[in-house]
Amino acid sequence: MSWTNIKRVFKAGFLDFWRNGFVSFTSVLMMIFTLFVIGLAIFSGVILNTTLQEFREKADMNVYFTTDAPEENILALGESLRALPEVATVEYISREEALAQFRERHQNDQLTLQALDELGDNPLGAVLNVRAHELTQYDTIAGFLKSEEALGEGNPQIIEKINYYDEQHRAAVDRLASITDSAKWIGLIVICIFIAATVAISFNTLRLAIYSSRDEIHVMRLVGAGKGYIRAPFVVEGILYGLIAGLITLILFYPITWWMGSATERFFGGINVFSYYLSHFPFFFLVIVGSGVLLGAVASFLAVRRYLQI
Amino acid sequence: MIYFDRVSKVYADNSVALDDVSFSVEPGEFISVVGHSGAGKTTLVKMLLAEEKPSSGSVFFESVNVHQVPSRRMGDLRRKIGTVFQDFRLLPGRTAYENIAFAMEAAGRSDEEIQSDVPHVLELVDLGDKLNNFPDELSGGEQQRVAIARAIVTQPDVIIADEPTGNLDPVNTFEVVQILKKINDLGTTIILTTHNKGVIDSLKKRVITMDRGKVVRDDREGKYIL
Repeated sequence: MSWTNIKRVFKAGFLDFWRNGFVSFTSVLMMIFTLFVIGLAIFSGVILNTTLQEFREKADMNVYFTTDAPEENILALGESLRALPEVATVEYISREEALAQFRERHQNDQLTLQALDELGDNPLGAVLNVRAHELTQYDTIAGFLKSEEALGEGNPQIIEKINYYDEQHRAAVDRLASITDSAKWIGLIVICIFIAATVAISFNTLRLAIYSSRDEIHVMRLVGAGKGYIRAPFVVEGILYGLIAGLITLILFYPITWWMGSATERFFGGINVFSYYLSHFPFFFLVIVGSGVLLGAVASFLAVRRYLQI
Repeated sequence: MIYFDRVSKVYADNSVALDDVSFSVEPGEFISVVGHSGAGKTTLVKMLLAEEKPSSGSVFFESVNVHQVPSRRMGDLRRKIGTVFQDFRLLPGRTAYENIAFAMEAAGRSDEEIQSDVPHVLELVDLGDKLNNFPDELSGGEQQRVAIARAIVTQPDVIIADEPTGNLDPVNTFEVVQILKKINDLGTTIILTTHNKGVIDSLKKRVITMDRGKVVRDDREGKYIL
């Protein structure tokens, strides 16, 4: 296509957009709806993932040792744990660090601190905080620790308590794992259905907009205009719908995420949608505006094709 | 120049629109095709523009079978034929100027040519002051004159006018016919379909009479006889 034709196509696209004000308005409105749903899908995905992540990170295993357990034995056990493929990290907290953390946690509780001072000796044992790659892997690690204990038969018991063995805790972890897993799938399916429905509605709105121009397309063909020359302004118009709808959607997300920011942070823990939106703005810009432009261009391209067959 | 070779058109419901129609048109001729509604006049025009395919027979334009022209070359063929319709068929979202400019743009004319030719051709049809009016701001007669201006601006070899006066009052009808005569005097072939007896009788040109899809008369200096 020559430069003159490109210029003409863009001019015609802009003019049609402007002159068919009401049709343009409704098309942009429908597209905002679609893009908004796509944006919401991204936010829900992020919130779900971060919450899951947060939850997984909290669900670790604490191995408490007796106060007289020799440090080298604990460190050796730590090393063998680290060698397991299921184990992501092992953090060693010595008796002194455990005491310091305890003091810090209870710094406003004078009574407890006083009681601690009166004891004179450090009553806390060392701790190994073990984190697995997957929630379901804690069973294997627990099994390993049991066998280590068996191996250490004859030696004095150094593990005082593994909080994983708490039956209630374990049941809760299992249940939460299955709930979040199903939530993830159900969420994904619902979001996919929503996106498909709104894309179909947008598609149909553009088809209706172009349907109202079918006689015009017919006349253009009879006057001798080429198919590409007739189709291009409609595609430009579709791109304009997408571009404007995308920008409006991005603007709309600003106050909405600002308003919901602290609430999401409190409720889901860890994620503030507003700061996430701001820090990932280029990504949102690309996805929202890109989807709008693509949807507008493809829908217009396909809708016009129908009426060019003469 | 144009040759209809035993063209028939039968629609899916078995109604016969054209029945073994054959005739030829020489360059520079002014032909009127007359007949009652449903006689097959409009189908004839659609055949030449390749808007519809014949059930049998062929239509030739400058020795090219128009129904064998590939879709992407159809524009080249149609730009050689200017068309004027009973219902004007202007682009409603564009001004008179833009409607005519569109035909020139489709023909690949430069911006300079468009800027100089469009006002000129609008002057020719006496609408020099209506450049920026949209079709719904023009009367029927004015819209038809814009349509004629659009048809002639690319200087096609043939102009097909399908019932161009069907929606016009006698004064506008007279004006439109005068414009078509003037264009024919300048050498352009004209094919006019109409059932307006007054128009045919005043023209004193070749008349093809159709009835129920058949050509029943073809007179050199014909009159409206049905």
